[in-house]
Amino acid sequence: MTDASDTDPGYALAPDGSFTAPLTLAYPYSRTVGPTYGRFLTGLAEGRFVATVGSDGRVFVPPAEFDPTTGQALDQWVDIAAEGTVESWSWQPEPSDAQPLDHPFAWVLVRLDGADTALLHVCDVPDPGAMETGMRVRARFVDGADPGMGALECFEPIGDDAGNDGGDRS
Amino acid sequence: MSDDVLRVRTPIGVDYGWTAGPRSTAYLQGLIDGKLLGKRCPTCTKVYFPPRNGTCPMCGVLLGDDDVEVGPAGTVTTFCVVNVPFLGQKIVPPYVAATILLDGADIGVQHLILGIDADKVRMGMRVEAVWKDSSQWGPTLENIDHFQPTGEPDVEFTDYAGQL
Amino acid sequence: MRDIAVVATAHSAVTSTTETPVESLVPVLNEVLANAGLQRSDVGFWCHGSCDYMIGQPFSFVQAVDALGAWPPIVESHVEMDGAWAMYEAWMKIATGECDTAVVFGNGKSSSADMFAVMALQLDPYTDAPLGLDQVSMAGLQARAALDAGVISERGMAEVAARSRRNAMTNPHALVSGEVSVDELLAAPRLHDPLRMHDLPTPGDGVSALVLAAGDVARSISDRPAWIRAIDHRIDAQRLGGRNLATVASATEAARRCGVGDGRIDVAEIHAPFTHEELLLTAALGIDPSVTEINPSGGALVSNVLMAAGLARVAHAAERVMHGTADRVLAHATQGPCLQQNLVCVMEGE
Repeated sequence: MTDASDTDPGYALAPDGSFTAPLTLAYPYSRTVGPTYGRFLTGLAEGRFVATVGSDGRVFVPPAEFDPTTGQALDQWVDIAAEGTVESWSWQPEPSDAQPLDHPFAWVLVRLDGADTALLHVCDVPDPGAMETGMRVRARFVDGADPGMGALECFEPIGDDAGNDGGDRS
Repeated sequence: MSDDVLRVRTPIGVDYGWTAGPRSTAYLQGLIDGKLLGKRCPTCTKVYFPPRNGTCPMCGVLLGDDDVEVGPAGTVTTFCVVNVPFLGQKIVPPYVAATILLDGADIGVQHLILGIDADKVRMGMRVEAVWKDSSQWGPTLENIDHFQPTGEPDVEFTDYAGQL
Repeated sequence: MRDIAVVATAHSAVTSTTETPVESLVPVLNEVLANAGLQRSDVGFWCHGSCDYMIGQPFSFVQAVDALGAWPPIVESHVEMDGAWAMYEAWMKIATGECDTAVVFGNGKSSSADMFAVMALQLDPYTDAPLGLDQVSMAGLQARAALDAGVISERGMAEVAARSRRNAMTNPHALVSGEVSVDELLAAPRLHDPLRMHDLPTPGDGVSALVLAAGDVARSISDRPAWIRAIDHRIDAQRLGGRNLATVASATEAARRCGVGDGRIDVAEIHAPFTHEELLLTAALGIDPSVTEINPSGGALVSNVLMAAGLARVAHAAERVMHGTADRVLAHATQGPCLQQNLVCVMEGE
């Protein structure tokens, strides 16, 4: 056998002569999600969003487990739309393996219709010129994904009017 | 209707570039060359093999630059008998894992004791390193296959009580 | 309340080092003790800020005790946070009368991994961390929110970068420095739209340390201690979509409780790794840039030692008081995603 592991000593010398070696720390966590996240993630697996309602009527997605004001467990739920408005975005020019898409994309905070908080996810567009704060986006779900956030693949623009006018913010 | 989600897999991992630092580099280079090299505390003169994080934890000072060769013989200061089989075990139990105070060092290293029945191993017993073939050496204490008895008389407890 | 002051500081060079984190600590601890004229045995309390994920070694903070000389046994503590929060714990320890002196230190080894990616691990582990959001993208979301709200501008961000680099020319620990025009900076592409490269911090490996002392002990160590008149830290909600990213409510509240607005602030050292963060924090803390010198050290933008950059702000602000070039200074430190948690410290000369 002459594969790489036979010739790679597993270490290297830095320019100053110090030993260096690659080291990966990885933890294969498996988390119980509890009743609140469980209901939210079950909704995602079914291609829909559900949200909790706070004592002041605020609608939280992802769901808040406890009321931010009173500390009471929240058990009132509402269905909300799989469409919403981009509240903020930033461009990812070189995605890492850990990120949802394997080509450049936009990170987005999306306020889904009917929600009072914004959901963090990504938007699949070819370039930053296709992004604009306030643009309308729709969720794209994945059938048969492992339980968790992976059931939501990304958001995508609704319609063809998503272009950026390139306004000068300086 | 899908099953309710009760649990999610959320693995995390980070790739690091680990650096040994100058003092442990001397230790690792020594192992490649078949030498056991420690470092001395300039304050209390204790010899650390391996040189840990490069400091004397008792004094809070950096270990000296000079290499201090230790071993290859040493004294068993404490040990345990492994009786329990486990997955991937390379040696048939019972066998002994011991802390060995190499001659010239002030902290012990963990290693195997072979070449003697497990129930004959004792504190204070003199042992020496049995090296693997040099073609297999790398920057690791695994270059030493195991330790075996030298046959010398045992060391008195009081002579190593300060290094336990 | 006891009078407590910063009486000595020390910093390592900021580099990319092959030393172990413990090896890097020892000379800085020696220097800060020498600057205070203290022996290790004189120290009442040691408090350390660092993060295992950033050093790449589980329980690295336990190994850090190897740098202290913990025999006979010492009184020591650690926070998995920037060293500025270690200082808060040490300040509390002295305030309650348990000791009269404390050594506080923070260290980071940013070169050991992609620190921007490591920062994703501080997010909600069920919904947000699995997305792998890196710190630059996270900062971009906040910058855009502030730009869209009209509270900052891209030109203002470039001005922060230009001033920080200019100030860094007199800071031997800065990784980036020099004269550069704002127009030149703005001509660069928005690689991480809305952020340009000059909006991002330059990470480095390093250590910062300081000594706190109470009352007459402080006066015996330093001719002009930097007295801590107020210190407070506040936290906002973690989730980025659950708060207004164009404001920093926790920084405002901490500043209010510290009485920042009760008098002139000569110097403010603000822990802002990204340019827009300095603008948001300056407003949130109630700092008037026409009166107050902001980040004369160049700040975290030019030399971002993770887990030490906040403590370095405290040390640099205190140095101005100790050197007699300022009378009342503010130091600020931040932790958490998008300025979630903020510590404010006001120091004065006597």
